[in-house]
Amino acid sequence: MSTDTVSNATSTPDVEQPWAELGLKPDEYQRIRDILDRRPTSCELAMYSVMWSEHCSYKSSKVHLKRFGEIPQETPAGKMLAGIGENAGVIDIGEGYAVTFKVESHNHPSYVEPYQGAATGVGGIVRDIIAMGARPVAVMDPLRFGPLDAPDTKRVLPGIVSGVGGYGNSLGLPNIGGEVVFDPTYLGNPLVNALCIGVMRHEDLHLANATGVGNQMILYGAKTGGDGIGGVSVLASETFAEGGPTKRPAVQVGDPFMEKLLIECTLELFAANVVEGIQDLGGGGLSCATSELASAGDGGMRVSLDKVPLRDASLSPEEILMSESQERMMACVTPDNVEAFLKICAKWDVQADVIGEVTDTGRLEIDWHGERVVDVLPKTVAHDGPVYNRPYARPNWQDELQADGAEKLPRATTGAELRDTLLQLVASPNLCDKSWVTDQYDRYVLGNSVLSQPEDSGMIRVDETSGLGVAVSTDCNGRFAKLDPYIGAKLALAESYRNVATTGARPAAVTDCLNFGSPEDSGVMWQFTEAIRGLVDGCIELGIPVTGGNVSFYNQTGETPILPTPVVGVLGVIDDVTRRTPIGFTPEMEGHQLYLLGETEEELSGSEWANVVHGHLGGRPPAVDLAAEQQLADILINASRDGLIDAAHDVSDGGAAQALVESALRGGVGARVWAPDGLDPFLFLFAESAGRAIVAVPRTEEVRFTDMCTARRFPHAKIGVITGDTLDVQDQFEIPLAELRTAWTATLPSVLN
Amino acid sequence: MKIGVVTFPGSLDDADARRAAAVAGAEAVALWHGDADLHGVDAVVLPGGFSYGDYLRAGAISRFAPVMETIIAKAGQGMPVLGICNGFQVLCESHLLPGALIKNDRRKFICKDQPLRIENNRTAWTSDYDANHEITIVLKNQDGSFVADEATLDRLEGEGRVVARYLDENPNGSYRDIAGITNERGNVVGLMPHPEHCVETLTGPSTDGLGFFTSVLKAVVAS
Repeated sequence: MSTDTVSNATSTPDVEQPWAELGLKPDEYQRIRDILDRRPTSCELAMYSVMWSEHCSYKSSKVHLKRFGEIPQETPAGKMLAGIGENAGVIDIGEGYAVTFKVESHNHPSYVEPYQGAATGVGGIVRDIIAMGARPVAVMDPLRFGPLDAPDTKRVLPGIVSGVGGYGNSLGLPNIGGEVVFDPTYLGNPLVNALCIGVMRHEDLHLANATGVGNQMILYGAKTGGDGIGGVSVLASETFAEGGPTKRPAVQVGDPFMEKLLIECTLELFAANVVEGIQDLGGGGLSCATSELASAGDGGMRVSLDKVPLRDASLSPEEILMSESQERMMACVTPDNVEAFLKICAKWDVQADVIGEVTDTGRLEIDWHGERVVDVLPKTVAHDGPVYNRPYARPNWQDELQADGAEKLPRATTGAELRDTLLQLVASPNLCDKSWVTDQYDRYVLGNSVLSQPEDSGMIRVDETSGLGVAVSTDCNGRFAKLDPYIGAKLALAESYRNVATTGARPAAVTDCLNFGSPEDSGVMWQFTEAIRGLVDGCIELGIPVTGGNVSFYNQTGETPILPTPVVGVLGVIDDVTRRTPIGFTPEMEGHQLYLLGETEEELSGSEWANVVHGHLGGRPPAVDLAAEQQLADILINASRDGLIDAAHDVSDGGAAQALVESALRGGVGARVWAPDGLDPFLFLFAESAGRAIVAVPRTEEVRFTDMCTARRFPHAKIGVITGDTLDVQDQFEIPLAELRTAWTATLPSVLN
Repeated sequence: MKIGVVTFPGSLDDADARRAAAVAGAEAVALWHGDADLHGVDAVVLPGGFSYGDYLRAGAISRFAPVMETIIAKAGQGMPVLGICNGFQVLCESHLLPGALIKNDRRKFICKDQPLRIENNRTAWTSDYDANHEITIVLKNQDGSFVADEATLDRLEGEGRVVARYLDENPNGSYRDIAGITNERGNVVGLMPHPEHCVETLTGPSTDGLGFFTSVLKAVVAS
């Protein structure tokens, strides 16, 4: 075996290199040669290929993501302390606290190996949060699967759920929300998005850079192994003689116990003030961490790759650079702090090794047993990757799809038919009880979970004395996004925003996970650009910035892309978590008046009713009015603060019927309701118009509450009263809660147990 | 009055147990697994979590921690010790309590609000409950199924050492619906559900768990 050194590369310019197998295009390979003014060494080729991949370089999305910069970078809660480009966005929430949150995808690995794919998805986002200097305080998981009754769903879903739970539970992080959505387009391509929230004091904020000549680069955490290498084995098979290792596994394997040690160890390192800059090792492994830390610094970096502790001594230098072994971090430490750093790691039984230092050369130089195998400008690896302006065009089927509205489909009219429709919807996969999934997640650990699923948003207490807290919701209706990706993205933003406000928190910032099909399909690329346009316009209108997120392309099976799925996470701040508004109708609320806020229109296209009853997707999604959403949010937040409402639930998937059923089953008390004057009972129950919520008002506060709505000229209609143990829709039908509960809870266990 | 809470590598509910002790009115003291000194505490909680990742067997590695040597010795002298979830597993591995905890019969992690009956209110940790008091507290575990041979189970029942029993549906396959047991002296209690998550209505399903922590305050004062 011989090492492909820099001098070897210079003297053998014509050696054939496996750039195509590593996913590089001919012009990309040529560009690397131009940058280096020679052929790359095999280690350099490994680094460029991984860092210039879609996953690491955002080469197809970069030109569009830039638009998020047009959104004013102030939040209603406070300043943005770190934004897009850092490991995760950070915002000031007052009282000296800052909060960081981000959502990422781990879709493809979770299809190949559901348990480990999902587990390492959680692990990766948690490390992003600790790298900012924050203590992770909660996770959420928006998930998408193929049809519930499809055989492959029975393979994928239980594995993903137990992977999310197995990893998150072992870290001691409460899982407080997320989504479980079924649609045929996700059958060969489930979506596993993972969101993590972290809290820190302002002074604990850390950034990913390596500055200060002579500072030491310390790699700590798990040893480096052969997992997550995948494609680069082609280099290994070239480098090694026959009989050496061949294919390496592409999916990473997680060790949550190591990650828990890494969390506690890292927080103790921050507290001891011995960290100058820090980054987690995720996609791209050491290639990413070294090149990004060095580019963000003010000098260069020299690394001795042979000092990296290995789980498998047979790994080649190329493989070490590419390995995506989990639970690793890299820190920049001043020489006089190294001993203290290593001592804290030893306390937590965490391996730590000095593998390099910051130099003044401006270059990233990597040695392997004394021979130089990498000598590059770090920026060329980390940031100067190709940028594609992929062609995009509105698909020619879009008009036909939009012309095929669901409003023309036959509807239930009699009370008996409405009753049957409601029971059918309540038991349908997207609307049924999800506790088969969420009961596998610990929602109580850390003792600060004020709200968790199935509430409208998860809420975490940040300060036990003042009651300061944060609320987060994630939402996306991919069916709406398919009908109109611009409106669909705005609707996802509006729903998430509304869900946060419904619990009494003021929305402050956005993270997004943009899940789409292949960017090489011009129709998909159009969906993507439209979704970004919708998010940018929406965020500007609502006055909340995007602080970070993730793009996942190539989510498709053969030629069929997934529904465009721009998952939007909104974070809100609440001054006093004891004032939060839950969804449930409890016995103490007997006699409370129910009001429907917002306008209900004849909007059925893309609805769950159209999906479940007619298997139909067509038409235009509900209209979105963000000014009205802001007004609604103000009413919900003020009503929570002033004690005017005791329960509130946003009205979205499944319409008001579903919202009423969820609130009644959550709190154990039913309701007698009626359609407001002039509204058809069917539309009252099942239309999915945006900008609506149902609130429970104590009789004593009714005048104050309605006066507030009237003063703001916001539509509000009394629709009923909390009472009894049935859902009684006057003059139409009545269903006992017990019957609703049976229908609602039976669906997932009957298929998955 | 000081209640010590041990942190093992992989402990997760240690902060919650300290909070519960403080809510009950005790001074909560953080104890480190590698330090055999108990720093003058009057009682000890072994908290929930996945110490050492549950590798080998839940609790099997933690029982060899330096702090456990002191705890085992002090428990023999009557010091109150409560093991919750993973702590219960550690107590069984340490032979302070009989039996063992194996994987839930449904092979999944389970997190739910679980009704229990307190069947022995004479232990150091349960004296504030009425006899046959029914409470609802958080249950969350992967390896929560209590098992023992028939003779041991008969003996536990005969001596009134079943501290708590699951009501309604048995959530994890525990023999005879056992949720918690005590030693002969009544100072060492192992409990699979989590009273420390149930001391505030804001964040837990009830405040039914507080009694464990107020009980031990009285037990220590009385001794």
